[in-house]
Amino acid sequence: MSALNLDPNIDRPDDLYADLLAAHEGLTKDESDALNARLILILANHIGDRDVLKQALAAAK
Amino acid sequence: MTKIFETALYPYARSADQDAAIPVRHPVVIIGAGPVGLTIAIDLAHKGVPVVVLDDNDRVSSGSRAICFAKRPLEILDRLGCGQPMVDKGVVWNKGKVFFGDRRIYEFNLQPEDGHQRPAFINLQQYYFELHLLERIRDLQAEGKQIDLRGENKVSAVGTHDDHVTLEVDTPEGPYNVEADWLIACDGAGSPTRRMLGLDFVGRVFEDNFLIADVVMQADFPTERWFWFDPAFNKGQSALLHKQPDGVWRIDLQLGWDIDKAEEKKPENVIPRLKAMLGEEVHFELEWVSIYTFQCRRMEQFRHGRVLFAGDSAHQVSPFGARGANSGVQDADNLAWKLALVIDGTAPVALLDSYDTERAHGADENILNSTRSTDFITPKSEASRIFRDAVLDLSEKYAFARPLVNSGRLSVPCTYDGSALNSADALDGPARSRPGSPCPDAPIGDGFLLSRLGQDFVLLTIDAEAPDKIEAEGIQVRNIALSVADDPSGQLKARYLGDCDSAVYLIRPDQHVAARFPAFDKDRIARAVRRALGMEVEP
Ligand SMILES: Cc1cc2nc3c(=O)[nH]c(=O)nc-3n(C[C@H](O)[C@H](O)[C@H](O)COP(=O)(O)OP(=O)(O)OC[C@H]3O[C@@H](n4cnc5c(N)ncnc54)[C@H](O)[C@@H]3O)c2cc1C
Repeated sequence: MSALNLDPNIDRPDDLYADLLAAHEGLTKDESDALNARLILILANHIGDRDVLKQALAAAK
Repeated sequence: MTKIFETALYPYARSADQDAAIPVRHPVVIIGAGPVGLTIAIDLAHKGVPVVVLDDNDRVSSGSRAICFAKRPLEILDRLGCGQPMVDKGVVWNKGKVFFGDRRIYEFNLQPEDGHQRPAFINLQQYYFELHLLERIRDLQAEGKQIDLRGENKVSAVGTHDDHVTLEVDTPEGPYNVEADWLIACDGAGSPTRRMLGLDFVGRVFEDNFLIADVVMQADFPTERWFWFDPAFNKGQSALLHKQPDGVWRIDLQLGWDIDKAEEKKPENVIPRLKAMLGEEVHFELEWVSIYTFQCRRMEQFRHGRVLFAGDSAHQVSPFGARGANSGVQDADNLAWKLALVIDGTAPVALLDSYDTERAHGADENILNSTRSTDFITPKSEASRIFRDAVLDLSEKYAFARPLVNSGRLSVPCTYDGSALNSADALDGPARSRPGSPCPDAPIGDGFLLSRLGQDFVLLTIDAEAPDKIEAEGIQVRNIALSVADDPSGQLKARYLGDCDSAVYLIRPDQHVAARFPAFDKDRIARAVRRALGMEVEP
């Protein structure tokens, strides 16, 4: 079973964070929620591995 | 006891300029004796340029304001002969704790990299920082250097001309006029010079207020930076606790936008807030209280003909990340050698345009970083608060989220990538010492590299044949010849050679790399010197 990586792995984390905020700028709450949902699905697809995704769900709870 | 910042340290004294029949012309006049104006004055005096410094009061910063001074400014002060007293007085720290609500979510250790003379940062009250600069000025004056520091000299009008600037100055004994070939405006964020010349200052205002209190207390809090997001004692807001010398502690409490500043500043309102934070039983005394709103903005150009802007007059950042005074000292470092070489005719006036491009690049980096920190600390939308709180929640358990927590990214110097003064990188060496970079320190012999570089153009050669000195464009360039044989720690090699066997670096007077090559080649170095002086160079 592949292990979920919970160690720092994001290249230039401040840039990523700024990109996230920028993507949400000017959106209503509903639009933001929808954007987050789409983003989660896109990232989940990229990861693909069901075991990893299950661990991610558990970590986020 | 009178506080140091309540003492007249350079009281008004009549200057001969006030009795002159026609206004006296000086090579350089600096407006403002804050950290930046004083640093430039010292740097120029070192280089033999006489300076006049005008300030509208006669004392150091009232209250501490800046408290965190980073490694690079300390290295610059070492070059100027006053780094040691600052480090001796300052508090060195590298640990921090982050709290979210009532939970301590994690601790960090900013253990600085080995092999540097100076720590990553020290905490020191701005008034001490300025005091040590003033002491350095007194020493230089005693050595015969011409620094004319005039207290209670308030500049009330500035007139610009092609080849000089005229100033009107108010004093307790009435106004006088004086002229300068070059004017450096270090008159702070509210720069009257900027206003008098009708120049822009655009950027972003953060709709938030912070209560800044310096308290004197005998407390057994450790020497750490403690930062709270949404603590019980300041619901929905943030808070910071940080130690300074002499048992003084900096406390920052975010207050939000809709407040009555005058009310909030009253001790009867401040003290209960501090008690809620520190505990009822802790005894403390208020040294200084202030309420701030923060802005991130800069002038479009830092050079306007004969007028140069440096420090807060040119750019302003929010204090998260300690980039205000730190970056102003780097402005001074960048400007002084260029102006000195322009004044003595060695370099063309165009060299000063590189001050604008290089330091504007630095200002943009600082504004970006401090804006991001401020956005994290005070989320401006519901979505950004949700992300912020998610990061904080996750960071308690998972290491990956910690680098995303942003309560201020500490000030690091910028690399002047793309500067016209850089020669193309000709060495396959480490990226951190590429042209434009500030030279990384390294232990050599029983000392450190930076203290060997001095304040002129130098060659740093490592295991490379080269003459002891060369002359280019009227400049003597001394060779500091080193070998990996004198590098037991291996840090000189790691920072300057990488996988190469030898290297020749041309280093500017501000200790930034201008060019680097695998071996000594007189013509290439002469071209690199020309380029670093802002002269035309054939490709
Ligand atoms: C709460 C707070 C915390 C901060 N923390 C940090 C930190 O930790 N690290 C950091 O690096 N920075 C910090 N800063 C920023 C730092 O204080 C400033 O960046 C720094 O003081 C700028 O220096 P300066 O010399 O450019 O301007 P100033 O210090 O503002 O000096 C300007 C000088 O010009 C004089 N002047 C103004 N008008 C005239 C006139 N008409 N004629 C003559 N003289 C005049 C003034 O009297 C003053 O002496 C902080 C700031 C605040 C407010």
